[in-house]
This record gives sequence, C-alpha cells and structure tokens, in this order.
Amino acid sequence: MASKSEVTNMRSKWMSFLVPALAVLVSLLIGAIIILAIGQNPIKAYGVMLKGAFGSRVAWADNITKMTSLLLTGLAVGFGFRAGVFNIGAEGQMAMGGIFAMIIGLNLGNVPPVIAIPLTILAGMLGGAFWASIAGWLKAQTGAHEVITTIMLNWIAYHLTNYLVSGPFTVGIGIPKSPEIAKSAQLPPLLTAQASTVPSGIIIAIAAAIVIYILLEKTTLGYEAKAVGFNPYAAEYGGISISKNIVLTMAISGALAGLAGALEVMCVHHRIFGAFTSDRGFDGITIALIGQNNPIGIIFSAFLISSLRAGSNSMQTVGVPDDIIVIVQGIIIFFVAADRIIKTWIIKASKLGKNKSSQTIKGGEEA
Amino acid sequence: MSEENIQETLKDYAVYMKNITKVFPKVVANDNVNFAVKKGEIHALIGENGAGKTTLMNQLYGLYKPTSGEIYVFDKKVDFKGPSDAIKAGIGMVHQHFMLVDNLTVAENVVLGSEPKKGILFDLKFAKKEVKELSERYGLKVDVDAKIEDIPVGMQQRVEIIKTLYRGADILILDEPTAVLTPQETNELFEILRALKNDGKTIIFISHKLKEVLEISDTITVMRLGKVTGTVKTSETNEKELANMMVGRNVVLSIERPPTTLGKSIVKVENIWVKDNRKLDAVKDLSFEIKEGEILGIAGVAGNGQTELAEALSGLRKIESGSYMFNGKEITNLSVREIRELGISHIPEDRQRRGLIPEFPVYFNLILSQHYKEPFANRGFLNFDEIKKYSHSLVKKFDVRPPDIYNLAGNLSGGNQQKVILAREIGSSPKFIIVSQPTRGLDVGAIEYVHKELINLRLNKGAVLLISMELEEILSLSDRILVMYEGRSMGEFENGELTIEEIGLMMAGKRIEEIKVLEKV
Ligand SMILES: Nc1ncnc2c1ncn2[C@@H]1O[C@H](COP(=O)(O)OP(=O)(O)OP(=O)(O)O)[C@@H](O)[C@H]1O
Ligand SMILES: [Mg+2]
Repeated sequence: MASKSEVTNMRSKWMSFLVPALAVLVSLLIGAIIILAIGQNPIKAYGVMLKGAFGSRVAWADNITKMTSLLLTGLAVGFGFRAGVFNIGAEGQMAMGGIFAMIIGLNLGNVPPVIAIPLTILAGMLGGAFWASIAGWLKAQTGAHEVITTIMLNWIAYHLTNYLVSGPFTVGIGIPKSPEIAKSAQLPPLLTAQASTVPSGIIIAIAAAIVIYILLEKTTLGYEAKAVGFNPYAAEYGGISISKNIVLTMAISGALAGLAGALEVMCVHHRIFGAFTSDRGFDGITIALIGQNNPIGIIFSAFLISSLRAGSNSMQTVGVPDDIIVIVQGIIIFFVAADRIIKTWIIKASKLGKNKSSQTIKGGEEA
Repeated sequence: MSEENIQETLKDYAVYMKNITKVFPKVVANDNVNFAVKKGEIHALIGENGAGKTTLMNQLYGLYKPTSGEIYVFDKKVDFKGPSDAIKAGIGMVHQHFMLVDNLTVAENVVLGSEPKKGILFDLKFAKKEVKELSERYGLKVDVDAKIEDIPVGMQQRVEIIKTLYRGADILILDEPTAVLTPQETNELFEILRALKNDGKTIIFISHKLKEVLEISDTITVMRLGKVTGTVKTSETNEKELANMMVGRNVVLSIERPPTTLGKSIVKVENIWVKDNRKLDAVKDLSFEIKEGEILGIAGVAGNGQTELAEALSGLRKIESGSYMFNGKEITNLSVREIRELGISHIPEDRQRRGLIPEFPVYFNLILSQHYKEPFANRGFLNFDEIKKYSHSLVKKFDVRPPDIYNLAGNLSGGNQQKVILAREIGSSPKFIIVSQPTRGLDVGAIEYVHKELINLRLNKGAVLLISMELEEILSLSDRILVMYEGRSMGEFENGELTIEEIGLMMAGKRIEEIKVLEKV
C-alpha cells in the first residue's frame, strides 16, 4: 500500500513539474504566432532572445542579477501563499529592506566586511519583516485584509524612498539618490564580465530557497503555517494560534522581500534611488504562481522569467517589441493557473501514446 | 435476483448499473457492482464506511465516470459527461454536504442554474410560485424568503430536495440524509419520501441507521469492500441479518457498560455563560461535574447550546462568565494548546471543518495538536520516523481504510475520516474528552468500535462528556445524563432513573422538578 501511494506522490511531483514546463512551451508557441502576425520571423526573434539571455558572459551576468531579486520576491509571495496569506506587499517590503540596508551600510566604514556584510543583510531582512508584520498584525487584530493593507504599505514605502533620497539622504546632482554604502558592506561579485558582474547575492538567494524549503517541509513551523493555510478552523482546533501564525508568516515573507532589497543595494547599485525596486515585488507574484509556491520550483521559475526579461531586450534589436514577453508571461500564468487544462492534455497524450494503465489516467482525472 | 431476470424486465427498472468498476489511484472503490432499482420504489443502499456507496452514486449522477461497466436509466443506456446530463435524464442528488449558497434565499437557491426569466430579467415572483407549489404538493415545508444561513439543517435539506424536483428529477438520490437530522426531522423526511413515492418517484436512500432503513425502504442493497453482498426485500430481513451482511460477522448492537468505581471529581463547571456567533447567549448558567471513570451524557435537541458548550470547554470559544476547573485548577479561557496539554481532548461535531485538514496526508492529521511535542518534533524539526511509526499503529488499531498513511485525508470516505479523528483524540489516552456526535455517519461496526473505545476510556479512569443528538447513544453509554434546553440545564439524573418519555419532556423544556412532581401524583 505505502509503496503504491509513494508512486502516486512521485507522479504528482512529476506532474507539478510537467505542467509549468508545458505551459511555457505552449506560451512560447503562441508568442511565435503573434510575432508572425506582426510580420516578423519568430525563429530569428527567439534566436536573438536566447542569445540575449545566454549568449555571452555579459548576458549571463545580466540574467543572474535579475534572477537574484526575482527569486527572493517569488519566495516571499510563495511562502505567504502556502500559509494562506496573500502578500501583495513584497514591493514595499523590498523597498524597506533596501532602505534599512542602506542606512546601516552607510555607517559601517570602520567595520570589517565579515561583520559589516551580515549586519547589513540582517538590517534589510528586519526592514522587510517589520513592514510586512504591520499588515500581519492588522489582520490578526482587526481582520483587515492583507491585500488591502499591503498595497497601502507599498505606497507608503514608495513615497518614503522618494523622500529619503531627495531629502535626508540625498547626494550629488541628477536623479535623486542616496550616497553609496561603505565598501565593507558591499558584496563582492562572484564573477566579473567586462562592465557587468555576476553578483554573489545569487548564492544567498538560492540558499534562502533551500532554507524555506526545509522550513516548509521539515519543521513544526512549516507544519503550522501550512495547516493554517489549508484550514484555519482545524488548525485552531489543533491548538495552533492563528493570529500568532499570521504575524509570523508575514514577517518571514517580508524578511525574504527585504533580503531582495538588501542584496539589490549591496550587490548592484550600492545605493538606493526612487523606485529602485522596479516592480520586482510584483513580479514575485508571477514567479510564485509559475513555481507553484514550491521553493525549488520558484528557483526555476525565477530563472525562466529573468531569462525572458534579459532576452527580450535584445529582441527589440530585430524589430520585435519586448511587450511580446509580457504577453508570453501572461499566457504562462493563465495556463499554470488553469492547470487542469494542461493536465487533461497530458493525460490525453499519454492515452494516445501507449494506452497506459487505467490507473494513471484516473489518477489525473481525479487529482 | 439473477442478471437474466433484470435484463428481461429492464423496463420495470428506473436504474440498472451493470458490472460497474471504479478504480481510484489507491483503491478499487467499486468492484464489478450490479445495482438495480425498480421504478417507484424506495431502495436503500447500505454498507460499511468506505464500502463504495457514495462513489457508486456519484457515477450515477455523472460526477465520476466508471472505469468500466454500463449504466441504464429508464431502459436507456446512458453515458453521462457530467451532472447536467444526469439531471436531464431525470436524476437528482442530495449530497451529504449540502451545496446551497448561504446568503441567497430559499427560492433563489432552488432556481439557481435554471432561473426563470421575464425577458432578460430574473423572474423572482414566478420562482417563488413554483417553489411554493412544489413545497405544498409534497409537504416540503420551507420559508421561500428566508436566507439559507438562517434556516435549520432540516429545512436546508428540504430545499435541496425541492431543487432536484424543480429540475424535473424522477429518480432521487439521498446520500445519508438523516445523519444531520433530529428524530422529528427524520420522521418529517420520511413522510415526504412516502409522498414522493406515491407520486411515482424512485428514491435511492443511503443510510447507516438500520432501523430507519427497515422503516422506510422496499428493497435493500448491501455493499461491502466495494462489492455488493446482496439485495433483499425489506419485509424479508431484519437488523441482525443486515448488520451481518454489512460487516461479515455478528455485531453487538447494544454495548455493555460494566460497573466502575468512580474516582474523584476531575471536571467542574460552575455557572458558565457562553455566547454564539451572533453574540447571543447560547449556554446559560450551566453547572456540572464529571468524575474520573464517568460518562456524562448531554441530551437535547440540536441547537440548544451543545456546540457552544463543547467549543468553550475545549478552548475554542470564550467563556463569558463562570468557572471551569480541571483537577482542582482554574482553567477558564486558557488557550486550546494549554487545555490540550492538561490531557483534555476533543472530538468535534464538524469533522470536515474542524477535525481535519483534507489537504494533509493521514499521518499529518494524526499528529495535529501534538505535532510540536516529543517524539514527533525535536527542536522544531519534525521527526518523520516517529510520526509514521505512530500513524501506522493508529491506522491499524482504528481500522482506517484504506490503511494508507500517505493518503490525503480528503480522499477518505466520511466514516474513515471520522476514524482518523477518533484515532487521534482517543489514541492520546486523554484524562478528559469532550465528544460531540462521535458516531455521526459511521457504520454499525464502527459505531460498536467507538462505543467500546469510550467505555474503555471510562474503565481507565478517563472522564467523558458525551454530546449526542441520538438519545439512544446517550442512554447506552452514559452514567449520568444532563438535559439541555435553550442553553440551560433542565436537570441531571442517573441513567435509568427516568423513562425515555420523561427525558423527551425535559428535552422539550420541562424541568426535572416538574417531572418528579408528576411522578409522585
Ligand atoms: N476522489 C477519491 N480519490 C481517491 N479515493 C477515493 C475518492 N473517493 C473515494 N475514494 C475511496 O473509495 C472508497 C469508497 O469511498 P466512498 O466514499 O464511496 O465510501 P462510502 O461507502 O460512501 O463510505 P461512507 O459511509 O463512509 O460515506 C474509499 O476507500 C475511499 O477512500
Ligand atoms: Mg459516503
């Protein structure tokens, strides 16, 4: 018996990989049709896109830089989803993470990097966690929905950033920006390719994904978070405090977004400026969806989206607007969200293919 | 009844399901089942939890496709793509968990999905008229303008029945309709079923209550482990034979309650007040004590504060005033976890909502509320070896079917879900257990088992608060009985002290003193 259901579990794991993979392929195909429709050559366009994403060391550096913050905001949103909170506020939490990291990083000139770097990272995570906990606390205390409160907090964080870089922390002329953080608080690059660098932040981001995976799957904290996410009434009955859990999940989710902000400051810009988060917080929602809220899946989906983004820039050079990628991304989300459609395709295909055992077919039907 | 027989006289049958097999990834839920229902009869379908009754009916209603087999409805072979095809073929189903929209009115719910229109506008007046007509014709008393959330379960069920009739059902499937009804409501339902039968409707009725089945049905089909073990005429069988066919062995239908020596008083509730969701007083000034090794039964018609009482004592609901003591310690309004850590456990009345996390596998459900403690957790990490070992033993001990700890709890049949909850709550050897409707939806074998476990707990000096709408269950298990009416105690007495009629009077609001006065006269 047990072995049988482990087989089923394996199969459902396989499915949860297959569905997004197929969704991506189909979406790219539809993208190709659209490119054809606007009178361009899709093979050429996608070729350029691939080159833009992976064709050179510079391309890779650009790609991985984008991926770092996307992975972390994806994790932030995905972790929240698993615990039943809809954290739309990764954008604002990322900004707060950047602000906290910047303020701490400015003042660590006389501290050696081994201390300065962890301190700055921690400050960023605290900033994000603090910002998200406000929404968590409001929900636990008053029932205010986190979608509303996190959106409001996004705006506050946005205006706060603008105020800081044009007021108390402003430096130089041109666009309002903060001063650079101390050298000792900057993360050294992993690799350097001409003017671009592969930030070492990616290692921290992947480590974060693994930690979140372990947290969700192996710990009591994850057990409680998922229990609340699935059925808060039963969780409460099982002695799990709903309000404590909501605040805690929000804090963890916010810490991840805050980490994205901190790494953006420590690896890429070394400072903040208005809208330095460039909507990565919102992209996190997309990435969490495609990665099916699974931390490991989110690593792949973040890489997918960063590659599409990195490639889309080059696509413009052959006359294909980079909006195509936005469309492709939208179609991917549609298919992943409507995963039953894809599952039915897979089942039909396997039926046609070799008329497999009825078990597999039923398994899909009832899943 | 042989197969040729059925084939010859197919036109007398409303439903004929032939050689139906349904395979789920982990179980064969229906194994070559033949099931035939004559036109115009009430046909009962019984069987143990997980026998495959609901699955069989879901296929007739087009919710699942059979893995193999054929279905005939009114002499015509059918191949339903979904419930809408089944509805067109004249089949209606009332599920065990109702599918009504809470904040719409009765009339709106009935016509939902097939709304009458006047031009492009929804014709509410016409809808109301139709519903009223159906309701009068079959004695289905409903309040057409009331919102679903404001009416009792019994009426919600009548709304479900009207809904199927409104869509033109000639064959009605009722999946455990009486599990949630009071005895009065059950009687009313039976009147309705008889009226429907007189009007030529065919009814398939699933139940675990053999007495009811014997009372209402013409024919009975028994299922066991996915197979049909027999179809019998109701007039030619009895409770014992049916129980035997279902379980495959003799079942003890009444349990023995050996005398015990009571220990010290361990639970003490004094003048507690509890509010319901609408902030109205639901439990009023209630007091009682329970001793070690004692079962206190709470009798009463549903909705008289029993739910709120159970929730308050388990820490889920605030006690507004009064005192709740355990082992001489004040525990009023402690958190659920604090209360559970004292050795108090709780079998909730709503197993789907409170008792289980359907998306979790069985082994995660079995440790809910102990998941953070040794040996299941160590410094914040789950110990999967221990969790699985413990789960394997509980699943075996409580006979959960299929005995697969990796199965998602939501995939279990209703009765087996209840077994998982029982295993968790009784398996932790509690000192005090609050038990609400423990056997709702269980088969006779499982009921026997639950009753034995509760008696065992009592023998091991556990204190039990038993809340049940089944007076019979209260009478067969309790040492003492307290009757609740509108949130208050109507009095408390030793089991055996009062007759069933007298208890009935108390359940209707008479105080025990008044009854004792009557007795003396
Ligand atoms: N969707 C599903 N996926 C997997 N297994 C299922 C599914 N639905 C039912 N089963 C399994 O099929 C078997 C029959 O279940 P079914 O619900 O038909 O039982 P039942 O006779 O209605 O029992 P009960 O009296 O407890 O309601 C059970 O072993 C159950 O676990
Ligand atoms: Mg059932």
